[in-house]
Amino acid sequence: MTATQNPLAPVPAPAVPLVMEARNLIKKYGSVVAMNGADFELRPGEILAVIGDNGAGKSSLIKALSGATIPDSGEIFLDGQQVHFRSPIDARKNGIETVYQDLAVAPAMTIAENLFLGREILRPGPLGKLLRLLDKKKMHEEATRHMQGLQFAIKSMRQPVETLSGGQRQGVAVARSAAFARHVVIMDEPTAALGVREGNMVLDLIRQVRDNGLPVILISHNMPHVFEVADRIHVHRMGKRAAILNPKRVSMADTVSVMTGAIRPEELSADMLAG
Amino acid sequence: MTQPAPASAAPRRFQLPSLSTLGPLIALLIAMIVFSSQSPRFFSGTNFSLILQQISYTAVLAIGQTLIILIAGIDLSIGIVMALGGLVMAKLATQSGLNPVLAILAGFATTMFFGFLNSQVITRLRVPPFIATLGMLGIVTALNQTYSGSQTISNLPPALTALGNTFKVGGTAITYGTVLMLLLYLIAWFVLSETAPGRHVYAVGNNPEAARLSGIPIGRLTVVVYTVAGLIYGVAALMLVARTGVGDPNAGQTDNLDSITAVVLGGTSLFGGRGNVLGTLLGAIIVGVFRNGLQLIGIASVYQSLITGILIIAAVALDQVSRRKS
Repeated sequence: MTATQNPLAPVPAPAVPLVMEARNLIKKYGSVVAMNGADFELRPGEILAVIGDNGAGKSSLIKALSGATIPDSGEIFLDGQQVHFRSPIDARKNGIETVYQDLAVAPAMTIAENLFLGREILRPGPLGKLLRLLDKKKMHEEATRHMQGLQFAIKSMRQPVETLSGGQRQGVAVARSAAFARHVVIMDEPTAALGVREGNMVLDLIRQVRDNGLPVILISHNMPHVFEVADRIHVHRMGKRAAILNPKRVSMADTVSVMTGAIRPEELSADMLAG
Repeated sequence: MTQPAPASAAPRRFQLPSLSTLGPLIALLIAMIVFSSQSPRFFSGTNFSLILQQISYTAVLAIGQTLIILIAGIDLSIGIVMALGGLVMAKLATQSGLNPVLAILAGFATTMFFGFLNSQVITRLRVPPFIATLGMLGIVTALNQTYSGSQTISNLPPALTALGNTFKVGGTAITYGTVLMLLLYLIAWFVLSETAPGRHVYAVGNNPEAARLSGIPIGRLTVVVYTVAGLIYGVAALMLVARTGVGDPNAGQTDNLDSITAVVLGGTSLFGGRGNVLGTLLGAIIVGVFRNGLQLIGIASVYQSLITGILIIAAVALDQVSRRKS
């Protein structure tokens, strides 16, 4: 299960420990088995796409990783340490941020306010501690610096988010997660609600987040998007991981075939598999 | 990429008035010109001071209503709870012979309690704010009549009417109540725009899902907002008592809608998350100026409510048009 077995793996870091790992996750809802021994591995500095047909159980996997559901059994490790998330807040405290498809921003509020929503920078001393007074200047400066770091071109951090295009709004959500995630950013269908150009803008941003050092878990139905940005593709099928594919070697058609079960991963040549 | 220059963007303290507050502002200016030309008594410091006195307790109530509407709630029990607060103060200070200051504090506690109660019905029983506070309106209306025996309570000690006392600026007498009202508006504006909880109020009304995902405790914030609004109703109750000089079980009946009118005229969206508490003050002043001016030029009071009605519809229509454009 280590990267050393595959010389073509795009992340050439066999000795580097995994950022996030899940082993043998099981979750049952009555007679429905949502996760049936699911494994998961995320390496440092990669974009890992997670794909799967509807009902394959990929949302259950992602919910378990982001704290939204608690698996019946199995183990999750973050930087080698076992973790037990009880809620999404728990996961967030551990440095895992999630971006949702339905644009979770407050449209009437400014970009800076959205970036710092729930985590505002307060004035130093009693003004901040007791009166909870905002340090707006610092918030705007930090927001500007952060957006520049992501090469996200926006004139003013003071403009309301509703003045932005759909892609830019999603960009703000991505930027917020990237600003506060210490370990992992999970993006759940971040381009699903967007047009072609807008979607590409968000893809650029996702790449930039990775290049700045944060590993990204990208859940997407959009195969062209997956192939454009992913370093590895985790294919989920029937409640567990069916294969990890190398998007540089495998075709989109074969990937879909693995996803639907039309071909078994063993039938693919070894270089199409990633780590 | 152009260098964003945060330093050049000077801190914008006041939000520029949007189209939705610009309309009412223009209406106010036109009305003032008309009233001034029709009545020599209108344009004077004394009359303006009177207008502020007349609107003071409704305007204070409207601060609480603004906070609640900003989180996409509404309070229909606002006027009646204020009346109860006034009754408690008046009755304890006279019939029970309690120290007037303690009586006032008891009145504050009462209105706070009913604000808190509203929040509990909304957050725990999951009753929509409109229904919860409509129910509370009925309950407290009955309570006011039974508690007071449907009697007006008079002969109040001076502490209860102190806010009606005046001081002179130039030749114009201004009540302490007016000053307190303006002070409360400044505090509310400051808290809403400069503190983290203030911004959370906007976020909860603007996109509750985003607020929840950001870790803002929506339930707790709702409880705090309704309870703080309750405290503000207590201050309004003290102003009401000071202005009328009695505890009146029938007071506050028009203040539910009057407070909402002020909020809406001031450009705050009834859907929550948008607006400005200083706009509410403008809204309250507009209503006050129209009432006062129409009275001075001798227009019957039925037409006064007709004009207020037209104003509120026009203000909301304008708001809708401006939103569709953006």
